[in-house]
Amino acid sequence: MTASEFEPWNDPEAKPLIHFQNVTKRYGEFTAIDDLTIGIYEKEFYALLGPSGCGKTTLMRMLAGFETPSEGTIRLAGQDIAPVPPNKRAVNMMFQSYALFPHLSVWENIAFGLKREKMPKHDINDRVDEMLRLTRLEKFARRKPHQISGGQRQRVALARSLAKHPKLLLLDEPLGALDKKLRQETQFELMDIQEKTGTTFVIVTHDQEEAMTVASRVAVMDHGKIIQVATPDRIYENPNSVYVADFIGDVNLIAGTAKPNGSDTYALSWHEGHAPLTVQSPNPLSDGQNCQLAIRPEKVSISTEKPEQADNAVQGRILDIAYLGNLSTYHVELPTGTMIKAQTANTRRIARRAYTWEDTVWLSWTATAGVLLAN
Amino acid sequence: MNRMSWFNAVSLTLGFAFLYIPMVILIIFSFNESKLVTVWAGFSTKWYGELMQNEAFLNAAWVTIKVAVFSSTIATVLGTIAAYVMVRGGRFMGRTLFSGMIYAPLVMPEVITGLSLLLLFIGIGLDRGVLTIVLAHTTFSMCYVSVVVSSRLVTFDRSLEEAALDLGCSPAEAFRLVTLPIIAPAVISGWLLAFTLSLDDLVIASFTSGPSATTLPIKIFSAVRLGVSPEINALSTIMISIVTVGVITASLVTKHQMTRQKREEQAAERT
Repeated sequence: MTASEFEPWNDPEAKPLIHFQNVTKRYGEFTAIDDLTIGIYEKEFYALLGPSGCGKTTLMRMLAGFETPSEGTIRLAGQDIAPVPPNKRAVNMMFQSYALFPHLSVWENIAFGLKREKMPKHDINDRVDEMLRLTRLEKFARRKPHQISGGQRQRVALARSLAKHPKLLLLDEPLGALDKKLRQETQFELMDIQEKTGTTFVIVTHDQEEAMTVASRVAVMDHGKIIQVATPDRIYENPNSVYVADFIGDVNLIAGTAKPNGSDTYALSWHEGHAPLTVQSPNPLSDGQNCQLAIRPEKVSISTEKPEQADNAVQGRILDIAYLGNLSTYHVELPTGTMIKAQTANTRRIARRAYTWEDTVWLSWTATAGVLLAN
Repeated sequence: MNRMSWFNAVSLTLGFAFLYIPMVILIIFSFNESKLVTVWAGFSTKWYGELMQNEAFLNAAWVTIKVAVFSSTIATVLGTIAAYVMVRGGRFMGRTLFSGMIYAPLVMPEVITGLSLLLLFIGIGLDRGVLTIVLAHTTFSMCYVSVVVSSRLVTFDRSLEEAALDLGCSPAEAFRLVTLPIIAPAVISGWLLAFTLSLDDLVIASFTSGPSATTLPIKIFSAVRLGVSPEINALSTIMISIVTVGVITASLVTKHQMTRQKREEQAAERT
């Protein structure tokens, strides 16, 4: 492990700060969290990502102390936190609605937690000033929450939850209420603050772009289970299942049967009368196993002539073009009826594009561009 | 703005006339010189002066105010607690039954409430006086407070309390420092409602009052049975003016607060 890289999860010596062990949470008949085991390391920025109802919020509320697990243990720095009430935990939470106290000023909101600790007055002043500086809110200290904008409220909520030096900061959809531009700016601010304070952050989000941007590791959840935990690039490039591949970003899925063909290389028979596709994939598959090739649209090249040296090339007809300004996505229908999306950067002006609707084009990709996922 | 159609104008006039003509007549005749209520004999404020000399009325007014202040305060405390438990208590055995029972006094005929309380006070040997009226008024106005407060609590963002707990408050501190200041307007209007209900209650008070304590409504009612006097008109006019001033002040304050908040929010979005 090199000094520049932060990968405590690859270090067998490292002890996780938070350890969920076989945690299950049931509400009557409904199982919100199903026998879940994960470790979150100190200084990590950990994202829980999943559709609504997947259990990510329940998981976070268990960390904050608003819910207790039905089975299993949650340890924070080695201590079982199930019997500790929320007001005694070294964990703070930033709420989705921000939950700023409307009757208190920005300054009093940030000082609220410190006053409960019976901190001396001048220490409170220093700490609140420090938090105001960190979140660039000095000018707004005397204002009430309804007198500031949405982005500023979000920063007050962050300052208030960081003021008590929590071991762990929980962020529940922290940027959901902001518009897109402000959200992107704030994502970088969050990362910056996380780095400066060295606090462990756990963020709950349904926005995969947000999770990919801020997190050191992303946990993709579905129906109370963790499907995959990995760094953003691994989640994107090497999803371990069709669910993850489909949930994160845009993906083309081609179903077929695999036939091993050398180390890590497979020939995928996908349609009768078409040459099998060559795929290099790390996931082991047996001979004749049904699987799906998952390939990202931006890894599929589009051209009018058949490319000379492509591992895989198929011909099709452009059915639709989605023009996004910087990018264009071509929906190409293969003779078999399969739809493949290919995305290219619009490096030239649109008038100079060589192909348009109804044109016959070639799609090609390399053997390593996609992954094979067992059904 | 559109001009009002003649139909709307007539409806409006008739409606308001129906509501306010009796009160206007009462106010006019309170300034009547004559002792005869129905005969106008010139302008005078002498009945207001005589009212101030009437010991019995002044005593009754004092008892009424005492009863109203005490009963509405106790009702506000109890009603707020009841509302909080009903809204926040989660599911417990008999929750539906309890919430139904809180609202039952709203629909219970006052005669029955009064009679049952009278029987209770006789049963436990409590002498009827200010204390019994306070207790009686507390029981029936508590449910009004709890209705007002619980309707506010239903829309209260629960995460505010969770944030308070998260920042180190005990549940009691969270209620005192966060919930209570935010629901304060509802609690205050609950108090005002209980106060006015207590002020004008006649039925329950007449069951539970004793010779030592008579409230103003009872006094007026028994005086009117001997014939309407201009003094009563004067007293009623005073009560109408107090209520009118109170209502107008309250609505002006609310309106002012709302426009200020709106202006500040708009200013905040611009920064």
